[in-house]
Order: sequence, then C-alpha cells, then structure tokens
Amino acid sequence: MPGGGDITGAFIGKQFGYTKAGNGAGRTMETHFQQELNQLKSELLRMAGLAERAISNAIEALVKRDTPLAEKTIREDFQINDLELFIDDHCVKLLALHQPMAADLRFITSAMRINIELERIGDLAVNIAERVISLNQEPQLKPYIDIPEMAGITQKMLQDVLNAFVNRDADLARSVCERDDRVDGLNDQVFRELLTYMMSDPKTITRGVHLLIVTRCLERIADHTTNIAEGVIFMAKALVIKHHADASPAKKE
Amino acid sequence: MDNNGMKMSARNLKFYYGSVQALKNVSLSIRKNRVTALIGPSGCGKTTFLRCLNRMNDTVEGARVEGEILLDGENIYDPDVDVVQVRRRVGMVFQKSNPFPKTIFDNVAYGLRIEGETPKNEIADRVEKSLKDAALWNEVSDRLHHSAMDLSGGQQQRLCIARALAVKPEVILMDEPASALDPIATQKIEELIQVLKAEYTIVIVTHNMQQAARVSDYTAFFYLGELIEMDQTAKIFTNPGQKRTEDYVTGRFG
Repeated sequence: MPGGGDITGAFIGKQFGYTKAGNGAGRTMETHFQQELNQLKSELLRMAGLAERAISNAIEALVKRDTPLAEKTIREDFQINDLELFIDDHCVKLLALHQPMAADLRFITSAMRINIELERIGDLAVNIAERVISLNQEPQLKPYIDIPEMAGITQKMLQDVLNAFVNRDADLARSVCERDDRVDGLNDQVFRELLTYMMSDPKTITRGVHLLIVTRCLERIADHTTNIAEGVIFMAKALVIKHHADASPAKKE
Repeated sequence: MDNNGMKMSARNLKFYYGSVQALKNVSLSIRKNRVTALIGPSGCGKTTFLRCLNRMNDTVEGARVEGEILLDGENIYDPDVDVVQVRRRVGMVFQKSNPFPKTIFDNVAYGLRIEGETPKNEIADRVEKSLKDAALWNEVSDRLHHSAMDLSGGQQQRLCIARALAVKPEVILMDEPASALDPIATQKIEELIQVLKAEYTIVIVTHNMQQAARVSDYTAFFYLGELIEMDQTAKIFTNPGQKRTEDYVTGRFG
C-alpha cells in the first residue's frame, strides 16, 4: 500500500542535473541564484518525503496495530519542524538578497506556503499515530476498509501534487484538487458507520471517537494537499484558484 | 599568519582631504575569500575608504591618513613599505573601464612584462589563464591581437579584470565595476565575482544596494565618513541593527 518516501530520492536525483557555473564555459552555465532555487526545491522535496513517510508509517501502525511504529512516527516529527524553519528562513533570505521576479518570485512565495502545508501534514500524521497508540489498548473495533482507502487516495494525492510541483504541471495539480471530494465522501461514510456502532454499544465509543479523529486527520491531510496543489497552479500559471476549484480559470492577461 | 581569517583590517582609520575629514575613525576587517560590499549614500566615504586599501589616495594632493591598514597583519602605511608591491597584491578595477590603447593580449601582458618576473615563453599562458579567469577567453581567443578598444563595454571591463588578475593579486578592489554596464553585462560581472572569491578576496563599492545584496557575503554601511554597521549581508538586508542602516536599505533616504 503506502510507498511514500522513496520517491523523494528519485525527485532529487532528477533535479540535480545542473552544471557548475564555469568560466565562460558554455551556454549551459547556471547562475548562483538558479543553484539556490534548485537547492530550495530539493529542501522542499526532502520535507515532502518526510511527510509522506510519516503518513505511511502512521497508517501502517494503525492497520497492523503497531505501537512502536506509531511511537517512531511521533519521535521523527521534529525533522519536519526543523526543516520548516530552515526553509522559511531560506526563502526570506532569497527574497531579500536576490529580488526575484516573475516565475522565480512565484516559486519562492509558493514554496513558503507549501512549506506550511507540509508541516501541518506532518503534525496530522503525528495526531493519527497518537490515536493509534490509544486504539491499540483495546481490541480492534471492526475490520478497517474505508480508512485504508481514504489513506490510499490521500497518499496518491500527495504523491501526485509533488510530481506536479517538480514538473510545474498545473493539470496534474488540478486533478489532485478534484479528488478531494472523494476523500470527503469517504469521511462522511465512515462517520455514519462509526456513529451507528457507537449508538448501539457504549463500549465502542472510545475506539469510535479515536477512529473519527483518525479520519478527520486524513480528511485534513487531503485538504492541505489540495492547498499545495493550488500553490503549484499559481506557481506554474500565475492563476489563483483558491476557494473555487471547480470554476473555470480566468484567462491570463 | 592567519589573523582569524581576516585578509585586511582597518584600525582607527582617519582620512583627510586637506582640512576636510572624509573618514572618521573607521575600524573594520575584510574576511579572506569573501566578498565585502561597501554601501552608503553619495559622499559617505566608501570610495575614499576603498582607495585607502591599496594606497591609491597617495596620488591625491593634500591627502592625509591616520591609523593603520593591515594586509596579512602588516601595516601598508609603514614608511618602509613598497607601495608598488602593495598595489600588486591589492589590485583595483575601476568604474569606467580603462583598457590601454593596445591589443587585448598586450593589455593583459603589460603588468607581467613590466614586473619582469615571468619568462617570455610563459607570458602567453598567463594571459590565457587570466582571460579565462575573467570569463572573457571564449569571446576573444581568436582575436588576441586586435585592439582592446574594439571590445564592448562589458568585455572591456572583464579585460580590465583579466589585466588585474594577471599579476596574481590577493585582493581585488572594485569601485562600482558594473555601473557603466547594461543588465546582462552586469550579471556576467556579478557571476564572475562569485567565481573569483574562491581564489581572491574581494571588496566592492556599489551605490546599487540590490547588487550588494546579490553579490556580497558581508556588507559595510557608511554614512558621512563613519562606519555605521557591518555584518553578514543576509542580516543587513533582513534585520539590520542600526536604524540608519534600516532607513537606507529600505530606501527611506540616500
């Protein structure tokens, strides 16, 4: 099921194709600033990889009732938080020192926003892991079918949005936004099902509530992923589609 | 002699043009293999200070220096110092490029020939290396014996840099090196500075704050002959310590 973090290595490898700025050496000379932008990109991708792995670990811990894995997820969250601070500082420095324009400016401001979304996603994975630890203190309430499906869709959304980011693919980013409805739908479905359990038997309430929180976290992760997609579309096309993903975009002047 | 990684230092430097005091008690250090930018409004003393670093001000009548400037820990204003040697170790590139009315090759070879230390058969190699280091070789390798005056503005400036590099300086002083150039030529010079700092120590005066932000590791802000603040460039442009610095970099005055 969740594959997660290995993608990051491939992304970074692909992106490190730049040539060193040489002494009038040839047309492929890349400036100091462009190298900084590439570095920022790989920092973001590293953070995204950590977030992907956190979700993947948290869901695996849920499904396999693996408390040590849940604890590991919680322990490792600090890496995401540290990277958030580092990337934020890096973006401010780039804005101050290089006066970026056009696509470069949009890239850096989008990076600052994507940074925040990834950090929240990391926190939500931690929240899931915390619920898992509580859930594991009682027998499993019911077979997990919808929750893993929600997780699968959400993880694919995140993987695709990162691909869209790397390739400045606005169409792929838009398709991510459209999938958010499916996650919301599954969330409602699980909500109704768990309510039914809890209303019929009070002994299930504790587990039911923990599971509701897990699905709420997944639904929030999908929302944050959608925000990232909006950022990618802005970066690629200077289009703002926030608050109405289904509306047709205004023509860029 | 490591001097804490500092290539040059000014200690309590005061400078007078006749009775006018242009620099008031300036003390600062220039870190080795880094780019230090001197910024400030017109008349603040930044160019005067730069020219003290290789004693170019000696040529100005009525100029008087108090205090010290150390190069690798030794005061360049000591009476027994050979000022020509100082200017070899601390080279300069000027605002308006000033190629000699000679061939490209002879421009770069000039200093080497006068210095007399390089064997004739090595001069061509040194010229080639200097032109490569100045990112000009690819554009002129097929016309080294054409006149330097035929080059474009940006190329002439890079030729002047090559000429300065030929005598293997340790420090390169640049006085508004790109202010006479178009944006693309300017960008080439800025990129070149990033490459050069690996081998040289660079001090650049610029009235263009954004250039200082793009190009330098450390920035010193001068105002009315005083050093107001000097720090890592990122700090000066994101969160300067002094209000006057903040007013200047945000464009409130100057």
